[in-house]
Amino acid sequence: MPLQLRRKTHESVVHIDRDSAPRIVAHGTEFLLEDLPVGTRVIYPNAPIKGLPNPEAAIRYALNHPHGCDPLHAQLEPGMRVTIAVDDISMPLPPMQTPDIRQTVLEILVDMLHGHGVDDVHIIIAVSLHRHMTESEMKRMSGERVFKDFYPDRYYNHDAEDESNLVELGKNRHGEPLRINRRAAESDLLIYVNLNFVPMNGGHKSVGVGLCDYESLRAHHEPHTIRASDSYMDPHGSELARKIARVGVLADEKLNVFHIETTLNNRMFKSDFDFLTKNEDDFSAMDRIKFEAMRFSVSKLPRKAKLLAHNQLRSNYELIAVHAGKTDPVHDKIIEKSMQQYVVPIEGQCDILICPIPELSPYNVNTNLNPLLVQVMALGYHFNMYRGKPLLKKGGVLILHHPCHDEFDHKFHPSYIEFFNRLLPESRDACYLRDKYEREFAANPSYISMYRRGNAYHGAHPFFMWYWGENGRAHVGKVIAAGAENAHVPARMGWERSDNLTEAIAMARSYMGRNAEITMLHQPVIAICDVT
Amino acid sequence: MTAAAFYDLEGTLVSTNLVHTLGFYARRQQGAWQTLRKSATTLVSLPLFAATDQYSRKVFNDVFFQRYKGESEDRLRYFAEELFEEVLKPAVFPGTFDLIEKSKSLGIRQVVVTGALDVSVRHLMEYLGIETWVCNHLEFVNGFATGRLLPPVLAAATKAKWIREYAEREGINLSESYAYSDSMSDLPMLSIVGHPAAVNPDMRLRQTALHHDWAILDLK
Repeated sequence: MPLQLRRKTHESVVHIDRDSAPRIVAHGTEFLLEDLPVGTRVIYPNAPIKGLPNPEAAIRYALNHPHGCDPLHAQLEPGMRVTIAVDDISMPLPPMQTPDIRQTVLEILVDMLHGHGVDDVHIIIAVSLHRHMTESEMKRMSGERVFKDFYPDRYYNHDAEDESNLVELGKNRHGEPLRINRRAAESDLLIYVNLNFVPMNGGHKSVGVGLCDYESLRAHHEPHTIRASDSYMDPHGSELARKIARVGVLADEKLNVFHIETTLNNRMFKSDFDFLTKNEDDFSAMDRIKFEAMRFSVSKLPRKAKLLAHNQLRSNYELIAVHAGKTDPVHDKIIEKSMQQYVVPIEGQCDILICPIPELSPYNVNTNLNPLLVQVMALGYHFNMYRGKPLLKKGGVLILHHPCHDEFDHKFHPSYIEFFNRLLPESRDACYLRDKYEREFAANPSYISMYRRGNAYHGAHPFFMWYWGENGRAHVGKVIAAGAENAHVPARMGWERSDNLTEAIAMARSYMGRNAEITMLHQPVIAICDVT
Repeated sequence: MTAAAFYDLEGTLVSTNLVHTLGFYARRQQGAWQTLRKSATTLVSLPLFAATDQYSRKVFNDVFFQRYKGESEDRLRYFAEELFEEVLKPAVFPGTFDLIEKSKSLGIRQVVVTGALDVSVRHLMEYLGIETWVCNHLEFVNGFATGRLLPPVLAAATKAKWIREYAEREGINLSESYAYSDSMSDLPMLSIVGHPAAVNPDMRLRQTALHHDWAILDLK
């Protein structure tokens, strides 16, 4: 876009000019300052929608005014069996400062159930094939009171490998099964507490994925579904959402499910770190001091300490909507509100997309971002944060900015290690890997034991992470890992590498031409780019 | 060609070790004096056992099994069921059954390779549903233990050797096989299969497992 025609199209879209300030660019646990080429379009998160002034009152109102069913209190009878399923801490990112919104909902629910003589209550964390949450994480999420009353016998993680505690609800007309947690299936009432952070989550995915087993999940967590999703963050264009819904309706038909969905604004940081989501041209002197102080102190820390400090970041999100009732009407309302917060209108695609990767993903809470997760954040999550058209043109260059350390957490990600070191050197073809190895990993007794008895992701999870990047991989012409500290991780992923962002941009321009349009997602950002 | 899962036993699938078995028999000697003497000897020998085990599994075996010298074969066999019920059965780790069950569901053979004595293993194997197992055997002369083990003595590298020979004989693909152990002395056994796992490992084995990116299981 010629400079003279450049104009401010939206408050979240900034074009770099000759006198623009350098931008803060995430690089794993660090934040660097980089001068971007003139004309680069930088996308920031929208300004936060004002949070609801009284979240407790809003939650109670939602329970008493549900969509498509009777109020919760009218469904309760003394002596009935109730299960509360709740989303795990993979969202939001960074984890919420306490009280987590799930704590607020749980405390209200528990009091209401107790007040109606309902004492047979279990709380199940709907982890699906994610890692089981640790005791301290569970305590932090639910709050002291609920934890003390329910843990460990009545507050626990869903176990997708516990054959005796799974029950098949049936198969849909496509032959896709849905087998879910027995306690949830055999309860008189199943209440699902959702925290909708990205539009991919919630709705039928809550019960249909959160409480299911491996066989149910693999029906839709597969490469062809992801390739056909345009994008999986847009519920209307997502083949993944369609497939999950056609399995999820089985839960609605067979069970009495009462959904509670919440969504948050994007006030990611408190005032001490809020400069990370601001336009650098608008920085105050205090913002600059805070950034420089952070950059200096982080640069002096050893890597482990950097990660530890990074993992201590807590978000300042506020509740902006809560709805309860039947699956579809509740989810539609929540998606409408979350889109209101996240959608950024964008005019035109870009040739080069710069995607800095901070050490934040749903899958590395309290640990590091390993190479497979770097991949899923770049080619999966951030690539798919669009509706309409992809932000990047077909065949364009995606520059990710991350050190790409060859480091995996043995406790949380054991099967990722084997996937990275044994399978990727053989092939990067997702369909081939699925056909040849997915079941082997899923059935590996060691991985099952680590998933069930420890805090490991399921053996099949790295495959899903690889599939998650499938439509991104099929779309981009080239990926450059800028600032990668080694050569072998990018090479194994099929990426090129460069020492820094400037070099990566030069490489990308040599591929796309000098006039290539460049766009950068200013990380951390939760934004759905509505590309026209 | 099929695969197999090879398990060490003591410390891996059950929390007991060789000393628990020795202690059990020491408490069941003929007469109070003998029981007291044998129990006390076992107790004061614990540091020696620990030191020799750290030094070499072979030296440990030489020293340890001498404590069985003079034991009658009949007595060892007579108390075997009681040993299982009182000592071994309660010592099975909570995660053991699930591990074996998931492993069986792969359709692969389940094989226990242990340095424990046959008298302590038989009932436990039936309880765990393991059909193939190999263990150590005391040498008896005129019905009394000599304090020596019959060859081949299963420990460290000889376990790996036995597994190799077994795999060759039975047509088992070791690259697709699994091995589980808690001890650094079983490093050879873990090293020859495609899917090794350290189970409830000590510090040395944990470090080795981390270094080699092996799975680390906690069955406790």
